[in-house]
Amino acid sequence: MAGKTLYDKLWESHVVREESDGTCLLYIDRHLMHEVTSPQAFEGLRLAGRKAWRKESVVANPDHNTPTDHWDEGIKDPISRLQVETLDANIRDFGALVYFPFKHANQGIIHVIGPENGTTLPGMTVVCGDSHTSTHGAFGALAFGVGTSEVEHVLATQTLVGKRSKRMLIKVDGKVSPGVTAKDIALAIIGRIGTAGGTGYAVEFGGSAIRALSMEGRMTLCNMAIEGGARAGLVAPDEKTFEYLKGRQFAPKPGDWDKAVAYWKTLQSDANARFDTVIELDAAAIEPQVTWGTSPEQVLPVGGRVPNPAKEKDAQKRAGIERALQYMGLAADTPIQDIKVDKVFIGSCTNSRIEDLRAAAKITKGKKKAANVKLVLVVPGSGQVKRQAEAEGLDRIFTEAGFEWREPGCSMCLAMNADRLAPGERCASTSNRNFEGRQGAGGRTHLVSPEMAAAAAIAGHFVDIRKQN
Amino acid sequence: MKAFKSLDGLVCPLDRANVDTDAIIPKQFLKSIKRSGFGPYLFDEWRYADVGEPDMDCSKRPLKRDFVLNQPRYQGAQILLARDNFGCGSSREHAPWAIEDYGFRVVIAPSFADIFFGNCYKNGVLPIVASPAIVDQLFRECAAQKGYKLRVDLETQTVRNPAGEWFRFDITPHRKHCMLNGLDEIGLTLQHADEIKAFEAKHKAAQPWLFA
Repeated sequence: MAGKTLYDKLWESHVVREESDGTCLLYIDRHLMHEVTSPQAFEGLRLAGRKAWRKESVVANPDHNTPTDHWDEGIKDPISRLQVETLDANIRDFGALVYFPFKHANQGIIHVIGPENGTTLPGMTVVCGDSHTSTHGAFGALAFGVGTSEVEHVLATQTLVGKRSKRMLIKVDGKVSPGVTAKDIALAIIGRIGTAGGTGYAVEFGGSAIRALSMEGRMTLCNMAIEGGARAGLVAPDEKTFEYLKGRQFAPKPGDWDKAVAYWKTLQSDANARFDTVIELDAAAIEPQVTWGTSPEQVLPVGGRVPNPAKEKDAQKRAGIERALQYMGLAADTPIQDIKVDKVFIGSCTNSRIEDLRAAAKITKGKKKAANVKLVLVVPGSGQVKRQAEAEGLDRIFTEAGFEWREPGCSMCLAMNADRLAPGERCASTSNRNFEGRQGAGGRTHLVSPEMAAAAAIAGHFVDIRKQN
Repeated sequence: MKAFKSLDGLVCPLDRANVDTDAIIPKQFLKSIKRSGFGPYLFDEWRYADVGEPDMDCSKRPLKRDFVLNQPRYQGAQILLARDNFGCGSSREHAPWAIEDYGFRVVIAPSFADIFFGNCYKNGVLPIVASPAIVDQLFRECAAQKGYKLRVDLETQTVRNPAGEWFRFDITPHRKHCMLNGLDEIGLTLQHADEIKAFEAKHKAAQPWLFA
């Protein structure tokens, strides 16, 4: 008999009941929440006269609408302010384990603060009305994004209705070269499988290159699983995971710790487990990546050239390339390193953790932003990340280079607050989506790692980070 | 949720792959705390020549005439014909809310992104997966015939074209039951409240740290 995958173990340990067609009622341990996708869920509860099933499962904080500067002036946009105040009121009425309101010292991006507090643990089911919930899979938790109806369903019943996904193993073996990060591994995977490659799958990332990643790197990788179409990304927990969690506020207390770790050690795919699909990549062959188009799969190594649609035989793909080039304002065959940027964004739930900021600061130290770069935003993922960075002097490295050091939040990843691109502006961004208009209507996004973003800010165009060191 | 049984609806073709939920409903409209009123902003950046903001009166905005939703022949369409990986990206349920509020009840595509696909069912929008060959055929027929309609029947899980050709689509029995009857899934789940409580007690005994 075939063994079980990590995904199967996580799924089976949360099944409350199963219908004959395989539809399951799945118990949810942790419910993360932000202001954008929750108001209608609470409204639904109120209209039906329902209560929250287990308020202690909820960890919430506003992040999408909050400004990253002039906090003393509050939230100027009245519609944004109302949404944030609505979350305040809903948490007041329905309760939560953790709530950091706007301007709280620990407020930040929900996917950064969950792990930071130890509210994300191996073996959990974690959901949030946010597709980047896949981030938490880095801890060996089954974590995935849901819609607002499902937010309401979890609030009311502590469960979700669903069917088991297919299983994919993405194995990355070998050693990456210096300057190649978790972000580059993620983008290289998406370039390989496409943005729909993981549709219908839960993806487990394995292999020596994944084991070698820090927890921050694993979070970056799992965060991007959804950009490859997979709702959930997973990395099996190991000593690094346990080390990261030990002593955090909501991690198991000393009396439970050994028992918890013993259980977490079982959260591995069995040696004879069967996956529906296996993809293998050679870590040594991965180069720093830069997206050129309007989908994360439109990505190239930094030494590459923008594609020429004339060389594409498939008519639909050709039309897609032509449309992307037109939107991005790029000519076919342009070398990636000749592309100049107007703005740079270092932040988002993909790349705003302390390790990301250290990596960007290392490139930036003693340098200045290029004259053609209008703005470089560095937005830490949480209050804790911000304080840590300041204690290490990273903020001064950035400000001395002419970068802006901001308050935590989602910021220009999706431009719901005032941080955004103007039409036609081009940005090197450490975020996760280069869709049309994502960072502002008409804005042009190139996804890169924090190192590559910092290097682009200094050079004014994309450069091969491996040649900078 | 509105029940869905069958529909004889005008088809609107959106011929591009990887349509993401940012394109379906841009971020500025997500600031609303309501569940309705998103229809006028559906595909906002493709549909209007200016930059949309919440609470704008869309009847006065300049249109991008070439965009399919603005073409006279597709006014009143209830079936959206799309390409691969429709609804990828953000989990925002505002995407199916906008689609439904605009007047679409069915989306037909060769493939959908997972979260969007699930969100549709919660809002009385039926997502239908058809083979690439069938979708190609529907795009060709739709381009060739003005007023092109399809008949979608959920009970028999079939889609029929004007020539009487038909294909069958898949849907889980649970989702079909909920859609046909317009059921509130939370109410159904709460019928199993005792089982949830029993599971919770067992789970807590095994992993008490999850409940700390």
